[in-house]
Amino acid sequence: MLELRNITFDVNDEGGEKEIIRDVSLTIPDNKLVVITGPNGGGKSTMARLIAGIEKPSSGQIFLNGEDITELSITERAKKGIGFAFQQPVRFKGLQVIDLIRLAAGQRLKVVDACEYLSKVGLCARDYINREVNSSLSGGELKRIEIATVLAKAPTLAIFDEPEAGIDLWSFQNLIEVFQRMRENIKDSSILIISHQERILNIADEIIVVRDGRLVRQGGKDEVLPELIGTASAIPSCRVATEV
Amino acid sequence: MVDFSTIKIDEIQKRLLQEVADLHEVPEGAFNIRANGQSAARFSTANIEIEPKTDVSGLDIRIAPGTKNESVHIPVVMTQTGLTELVYNDFFIGEGADVTIVAGCGIDNCGPKDSEHDGIHRFYVGKGAKIRYVEKHYGSGDGSGKRILNPGTEVYQEEDSTVEMEMVQIKGVDDTKRTTTAELAAGAKLVVRERLMTHGNQRAISSYVVNLNGEGATADVVSRSVARDDSYQKFDAKIIGNAPCSGHTECDSIIMDNGRILAVPGLEANDVDAALVHEAAIGKIAGDQIIKLMTLGLTEQEAEEQIINGFLK
Repeated sequence: MLELRNITFDVNDEGGEKEIIRDVSLTIPDNKLVVITGPNGGGKSTMARLIAGIEKPSSGQIFLNGEDITELSITERAKKGIGFAFQQPVRFKGLQVIDLIRLAAGQRLKVVDACEYLSKVGLCARDYINREVNSSLSGGELKRIEIATVLAKAPTLAIFDEPEAGIDLWSFQNLIEVFQRMRENIKDSSILIISHQERILNIADEIIVVRDGRLVRQGGKDEVLPELIGTASAIPSCRVATEV
Repeated sequence: MVDFSTIKIDEIQKRLLQEVADLHEVPEGAFNIRANGQSAARFSTANIEIEPKTDVSGLDIRIAPGTKNESVHIPVVMTQTGLTELVYNDFFIGEGADVTIVAGCGIDNCGPKDSEHDGIHRFYVGKGAKIRYVEKHYGSGDGSGKRILNPGTEVYQEEDSTVEMEMVQIKGVDDTKRTTTAELAAGAKLVVRERLMTHGNQRAISSYVVNLNGEGATADVVSRSVARDDSYQKFDAKIIGNAPCSGHTECDSIIMDNGRILAVPGLEANDVDAALVHEAAIGKIAGDQIIKLMTLGLTEQEAEEQIINGFLK
């Protein structure tokens, strides 16, 4: 279970494109798939980065399973069970897909076990396992490998920052299935997805709406989603996200 | 076959042999092990003859035409401080041969004086012959004397021959000046993969001059390097196209700390059908790469190591 208490994030650096967060308190319960949505620039991704420790809040506290992790580093939080899939996955010259999956799993997985994770994200494992994680991979391939690393890490809190970004429509259905399967096997962990795609909101247990750095709504999917349909917080997957 | 225990080398030299030639025991095939300026062991085979030179220090290595799947190991180890040597090794590779040659030099210098090994390797590669050449350099020991390696490599390739060179220097060599030249006839192919890491106050200079003289000759020279601490590297690669040919050179480097790198890719086309390309990139490790690995539970330092290991793999 994750809890944010009165989290505020101010941007000091001039010209920075970072979003600000104003006094957000929320809880991500165990055994739930929670989606944070809201217009772009509203603070969704910053919240994900604050939870993973990539950004530090200006004030407020973050608790993971009752423990205050506000001052812990990215590494320490990862070791405590937080997993994070980047919106724009990073490329590494020379590192192979199998290296990344083994690092994520924290052990020297057998090739056949590592392949499992690739199959789960819809990649033909044999074709990818020895590929370098470099610019020869397309954005969509990279994105799936990113998700596979989070699966391999088996976190107690898995965070996905706009997983649909850079994925084509055909792969999108596959992605939804990946999350549905994760939800079925949630086993006392929790899943947090940053997204404004209607179909991802549709598989959520709970929806949180963030706008202008503030939490404006949190509730069950059946309650919150109908209010969002047709707004920038819930965009049908066949429409390009034009910002408001 | 020679028994390893009969070879007069000490434990440090054995360790150096493992570093530079992956040798844990006497290698199969032909070999010459040079320790502190002397030949410690030598073995020729029916197809590969290793003979000491009579005029200067070094070896003549003759590989009979058509020799297949054999290997030659000629590692050099130095553990005596203040030793400076200049060695000439000439390889004559017969037509149609297909062999692997493993060279490499390890210096352990615990003393106050500089130890230096300058090895000049000349390869005369016959028509249609194929060689794979692996060269590793390694230095250890904490003496104030420097460990210096200046390899000179000259490659003369006849028609349709192939040379693949893998040159690695990852640790402990204080000063190195590497010069490689190659002359390629029609249809000949040269592939070079260089991996280099410098640290401390090390200096490494690597220069290539590749002449593509015949139609269909190809060269691919790729260097990946990491310069850490206060080290300095210069990579100077020139490919000259004198015929319809294709050449590619690439220098890809990571700098860390106060490391400095100068990349000087050079192309010269003297034929309208010479297709030559160069690429060079120098930069520090991207912050996102480190953050990504930290989110997998690695510390910042472990993340850096993984990124560098992958890069130099």
